[in-house]
Amino acid sequence: MVLNNPVVRNPVQDAATTREQDLIARVQRGQTELFYELVKPYERRVYAAAFAILRNETDAEDVAQEAVLKAFANIRQFRAEARFSTWLIQITVNEALMRRRRERTVVMEGIDDRRDEESDYAPRDFADWREIPSEALERKEVRQKLAAALASLDRKYREVFVLRDMEQLNIQETAAALGISVASVKTRLLRARLMLRDLLAAGWEQGWFSRLPFEKGNKPW
Amino acid sequence: MVVKCEQVWHEISNYLEGDIEPALRSAMDEHFRTCKRCSSVLEGTRNVIRLYGDERMMEVPSGFGRRLERRLAKNARVTGGRWSVWSTWLIPVAALVLFAGGLRLANSLTSGPELKSEHAQPGQDIPPDMLVVVTTDAKVFHVAGCDFIHNKETERTLTAKEAMREGYVPCLRCMREFLHTAKAGSSALGSEADADIDADETHRHGGE
Repeated sequence: MVLNNPVVRNPVQDAATTREQDLIARVQRGQTELFYELVKPYERRVYAAAFAILRNETDAEDVAQEAVLKAFANIRQFRAEARFSTWLIQITVNEALMRRRRERTVVMEGIDDRRDEESDYAPRDFADWREIPSEALERKEVRQKLAAALASLDRKYREVFVLRDMEQLNIQETAAALGISVASVKTRLLRARLMLRDLLAAGWEQGWFSRLPFEKGNKPW
Repeated sequence: MVVKCEQVWHEISNYLEGDIEPALRSAMDEHFRTCKRCSSVLEGTRNVIRLYGDERMMEVPSGFGRRLERRLAKNARVTGGRWSVWSTWLIPVAALVLFAGGLRLANSLTSGPELKSEHAQPGQDIPPDMLVVVTTDAKVFHVAGCDFIHNKETERTLTAKEAMREGYVPCLRCMREFLHTAKAGSSALGSEADADIDADETHRHGGE
């Protein structure tokens, strides 16, 4: 699986992009009542970005709202060369980082934050990997386990992982949003992905994903 | 090129990003075919990316969207949005400009062009193609040869219609027969206009 696939034209996506561009143009011309319609498809991503940084539901929601209001106030500065979603997420990350700086929560981060980024990380679990199907995400307890695994990562790994693998920013955009180098993003991303793989593998052995539909004798592997 | 497990782990994220040299990619592909441990790491990492990339992993608190929409609406009501603040004064100004423009247009339709002399009277029934003479800085137009043409070196010949469009008014002497005041017999106004033009021309003449 290569993540940066060459662009394949998707008519549905093209139509959505055209509609989004039309909405942006109309809002920029003054139809401000359409702004929520423009933001709605990304509201989950906005909240997730804020939560990844702040780790507090109330703060995350407040910052997410502030970020959307800021985007609204600056919509005329938005240029079509950028993706609207990326622009919105970058505003959100910036707001969340400012809030965190203001509230000085950084000191509460774990000891792992001080570990040398360049030191190698070796996977711990080499058991045969069993693919966890996406249908498993229908179950709330599975989502909670995955969220808990993500939350257990140190801040610097968690933030990079969320922006790249959940928010779908590219490496450069992630680096720009967090104010770190591209090399740091790559190193942290590698570590975050491998640590989560280990946690999921361990969770599998601990029965996190038991009672999944495919376990009733219809194994997909 | 042959790669070891440690190198594969180090590059596995870049491999998934498609961000490695073709030679290294080929070497890693070959390694995955033979190393069960590394292929397990690869599949597991792919799984992580796929699961966490699913939007269902982004849960929002109940009512989040509704509260966001309400706050946006409230913000729009309170401030009108940043550019709407402009509109609070921009719209009345634009309306004023339009109104003034409309008024000017209405005036132009009913009263003709703005007169260079505010006390003068526009002519009536002047043949539009009649050739008249104007001079620079003067306010009146004349029949060629009028004794009251001053600053003759700047004389310019044009039609009466063009002169009136430019705001010139008929000379009270040579164009008397076309003046509204003369026809209406309003001597007071006629005198005033006459005096005004006389004064104007005398003043200018005196200044030359």
